[in-house]
Parts: sequence; C-alpha cells; structure tokens
Amino acid sequence: MPSHDLSSPPKPGQSSCRSCWLAAPGLLWMGLFFLAPLALVFAISFASRGTYGGIVWEFTAANYLDLWHPLYGRILGQSLWYASLTTAICFSLGFPLAYMIARSPARWQPVLLLLVMLPFWTNFLVRTYAWMIVLRQDGLVNGLLLALGIVDAPLELLYTPTAVVIGLVYGYLPFMVLPLYVAVERLDPLLVEAAWDLYASRWAVFTQVVVPLTMPGIVGGCVLVFIPSIGSFITPDLLGGARSMMIGNLIQHEYLVVRDWPLGSAVSFVLMAIVMAAVVLYYRHAARTPGPLEGR
Amino acid sequence: MSLWGLCLLWLAGALSSCGQGGGSDPAGSRPVLHYFTWSDYVGPELIQEFERREGVKVVIDTFSSNEELLAKLQSGATGYDVAVPSDFMVAIMIQQGLLSELDQQSLPNASFLEPHLQALPFDPERRYSIPYLWGSVGIGYDAAVIPTPPDSWAILWDERYKGRISMLNDQREVFGAVLRSMGQSMNSTDPQVIEAAKERLLRQKPLVKTYTSDHYDQLLASGEVVLAHAWGGPVARAMVERPSIRYVVPKEGATLWADCLVVLRTAPQKRLAMRFINYLMEPQVAARTSERLRFASASRSARELVNASTRDNPAVYPPVDQLDRLEWMKDVGRGIRLYDRAWTELKMQ
Repeated sequence: MPSHDLSSPPKPGQSSCRSCWLAAPGLLWMGLFFLAPLALVFAISFASRGTYGGIVWEFTAANYLDLWHPLYGRILGQSLWYASLTTAICFSLGFPLAYMIARSPARWQPVLLLLVMLPFWTNFLVRTYAWMIVLRQDGLVNGLLLALGIVDAPLELLYTPTAVVIGLVYGYLPFMVLPLYVAVERLDPLLVEAAWDLYASRWAVFTQVVVPLTMPGIVGGCVLVFIPSIGSFITPDLLGGARSMMIGNLIQHEYLVVRDWPLGSAVSFVLMAIVMAAVVLYYRHAARTPGPLEGR
Repeated sequence: MSLWGLCLLWLAGALSSCGQGGGSDPAGSRPVLHYFTWSDYVGPELIQEFERREGVKVVIDTFSSNEELLAKLQSGATGYDVAVPSDFMVAIMIQQGLLSELDQQSLPNASFLEPHLQALPFDPERRYSIPYLWGSVGIGYDAAVIPTPPDSWAILWDERYKGRISMLNDQREVFGAVLRSMGQSMNSTDPQVIEAAKERLLRQKPLVKTYTSDHYDQLLASGEVVLAHAWGGPVARAMVERPSIRYVVPKEGATLWADCLVVLRTAPQKRLAMRFINYLMEPQVAARTSERLRFASASRSARELVNASTRDNPAVYPPVDQLDRLEWMKDVGRGIRLYDRAWTELKMQ
C-alpha cells in the first residue's frame, strides 16, 4: 500500500515560491483568529481587573507574581500528573490497537478506523454524561461488579480522580491511535523480518526497530493527547465533581466565575509556555539523535 | 486506507457534532428573540406557544451561575434580548449599565405580582427588572436515611454522611450558607469573617461528594447523595421520584432569592422582549411554568392557579412564617474580591 513512496518526489532545493500563495488563506485565518486573540490575551495578562470584573488597562505584573502562590503550583503539578498518566495509558492501549489495525487486511482497515472515530460523531459533553451514568453508584460498572460478586458494596467511582483519568483516556484515545496507525502503516514489515532474521529478541525488535521507526507517530500521538488533557475542564468538572481543579478549570474559573480576566490570561500564558517548552525541547532532542537506520 | 480517507472520516465526525445550533433560521425572515436563562429553566411548550402566537422564533442560551452570566455579558457578548439574573446580580447589572429600562406600559401583567415582591430592595420601582420566580435555599435530605429531621446547617458537617453530601457550585450561596451557620449575615464583607467561613468550608470539603448547581435533583432521587445544599425547586422535583425526600430551611436562616426578567441594553429586539416578558407573567403561563419547574411564581394570580400539592410544598412556595428567617443576597461591592479569592482557594485545595 505505501506505493506513494515510489512516485518521483519533487527535487529538493528547487523551492521556488510560486505556490506560496496557496498558504495565504490559511495564514490569514491563523493571523486573524489565532495570533490576534493570542496577542490580546497576552496584553490582558498585564492589565488589572475592575471591581466587578472587566479589564482596567493599568500595566501590572501582579498577575504573574500572584501565580507564585503554592496553591497554583499544586494545581499545575496535579494537571501535569493527570495529563502524563492519561498519555501513558493512552499509549499502552493505543499502540497495540494501532498495530493491529495497520496489520489487518486492507479492506478491514477503514471499518476499524471508523470504529475508533465513531465516538466523535456524538457531542463530547453527551459522552461525558454517559460516563456519569456508567460510573455512578447504581451504574453499569457497579451493577456488573456486584452481580459477579467481585465487590459487596458499590465502589465510589464517580467524582474521584480515577473517574477523571478514565474520562480523559476515553476522550483522547483516538488522538493517540490515529497518528500511531499512520506510523505503523508506513513501517516496512521487511525491516521487522530482517530483525528476526538477525536473531533479535522479541523485546529488541520492539525497542530497536519498531519504536524508533514509529517515533514520529508516537510523538505526535503523545503531544495530541497530552496537550488537550492538561487543559481539559469539562471532564474534571463533571466526572471529578468540581472538587479539585486542573489548570483548565482554573482558567475557566478565573474567566467565568470570579471574572479575573487578567489572572486567567496569565495562567493561560504560563500553561502555553510550559507546553511549548516541552515540545521544543523534545523536537530539538529528536533532531540531534539520529535514528538507528539513518544513513543506511 | 489513505490519508484522504482519514481526513474524510474526521470531517464526517466534525460535521455531525456541529449539526445543531448556529446557522440561519430555516423559516427565513421571522424575527428572532434571544433568551439567556438558567439551564433547565424553561418549559419548551410554553416557548413554542409564544413562537406560534407572535410568529417569531425564540433562541435559548443558558448559564449556570450569576457570575457566568455577568462574565459573558462583560466579555462583550451581545445579541441577547431577555436575561434572568437573580436579585443581587440585577443590582450589579444596573450599576454596570447593562440593562435597559422596562417599558411599564407594555407590562399589564405586572399588576398580578405578589404584594411582597412588588418593591424589592435592589430595584424598588421595578425600572429595570420584574420578579419572575422566587424561593428559598435550604437542605434537601432523604428522610429514609436521616431519621431525625435536621433543622440546622450543622448537618452538612456531619461525618456520618461523608461522601453523600452535595453543595451548590455557587460561591455566594455556599458562603451564604456557612455565614448564616456562623450567625453572620450572608452579605458580610469582613475579611476575618470570610476567612473563618473559608476554614469551615475547607473542613467540610472531604465530606462533599460534589459541588453542582445543575443535577443534584437526580443525585437526590437516585440516592447518590442524601443531603443536598439546594434551591427548593429541584428538591421538589426529586420528591416526585423519591417520596422520602424532604426539604428544610435551617433555623439559622438562608437565602431568599428572586430571579428577575430584564431587557439588556444591547437587545436588538426590545419591543419583542417586552411582549415576551409580559407573556411569561401571564397568570396561566406563569402557573404552568411554576408547575413544571417547581419554583414559586412571582405572580399572585398564578399561585391561585397551580395545584395544591405544588402550592403547599414548602420547597416550592416558602411558607409565610419562614420569610423572616430568609435574607436577600446583596451586591457586596468591592467585598466580592474577598469571596472570589476565598472561593478559588476552597476549590483549589
């Protein structure tokens, strides 16, 4: 199937910019609806708030200084932990699944991918409410556990950190599976076969051949899961019972509940800076370490 | 399976999830009224009746707290015609210049207002607002689990009910309850008092299953919680499904509230907005609203029309002898910063 690799690639270096204008609509869109609002949020993060909310344009760095309060550090730490855990679980569930899909008969692949994406056809909020029904005391999970005699009393599932992580994994698993699927599909099975022929162990085949060659997919999947989960607020609100905050809840809380837009903007920027730093660090690291098969 | 296929699948998903909402009105040029109200606060059939009667379309958008309503309007959200802020938020919105004066001539149904709601402290001449639904805040509880009827807020700090308590997800209400339990006014602006209230709430937090303003009627009805800090209406709704649910206004006192109909200064359809408000105040319509939502109507004539089980339910219509125990929530001015900070700290811990 990866026959597109055989078509003649455009000669590198011949980067005439005759097709640059094709990017114009996209750039315009990004400029108007992404960069401009972002600049505005940045400006607001240095403003002050009025008594009833709203923005008073007096320059201050107080919003960033406020964030040194240990409580904010704790929220950030908790969010990083939830997001990392979600990413790790998504990876361990998603990788085998993506591998299976990419190695299944070609005519089955669209159906399997469709099944992965099916949940997206329903609103996220509705799906989260469905999880509340599944997890609550007289819900499906507890009903099943009780019926099988595994537990005597219903478990506390809803409104716990576990419920939050379940909800996040459920919500973002497809974001992990899709890039991994693309990466595995491009992985040449002959290379895996060659590794076997050279007496590589099962583990060595996985860690030294499969993982390095699917690294772009792994990174893509992890980034796509980590970033939305660290900023999520619906899931912790509904499945966590609004008892603990993730950083997304803090931002929403500052904007919509206490109407402190400047502080909310400052939190948004700190979050963005952390995420960007992590991604940049990773890509620089990845660029410096050559893959095992490069220059073959 | 090509990348094209993937893209198509994404697109299908994206399109299906944004199918409803937005877009153009299929009926073409009918005038559109934008109604901004609490979640679960309208009877759809009453709205449809108004649409049919006036040949218009009503678009409903919802908020889940007064603060959210204010935040959205402050962010420059325009296009809304009629909104339903509570008492103290009406005061703030008047002060912020967000409201348009009501045209008294087009509100004949205002004459049906309950006497005690005719001149409320936040807008005594009803220049900007007209009371719509009102009631008390109290505790909804399951009498099958809690044998002795509680009469104090202290029950919400009882270790025996750990993990089976829900609190409103509303800063002024939560602080209001704890302040009254401390013998203070719920409109205190004393930093030390608010700090002490926060400490009490932090001690309570491990017992609280969830902070929610939206679906605690279902939590009560399903037995998931046995004590709920609550507006009366949802408790009355839970009673229908689970007859052992009761409602009490603690002896230390609680909130008296009135949600009011207002027209926004930026409303595109001011005339239609007045007709809509007058329609909602029509005794028949108000009575049906009251029956459906199980909140007390501000219309005296509507009270006479609702059936006795609703009228005599203390969760719906606060009994007269309770009124002196209830306190209006007021705009606390700069003091709101103290509540904002304390609420953030409570939720962050």
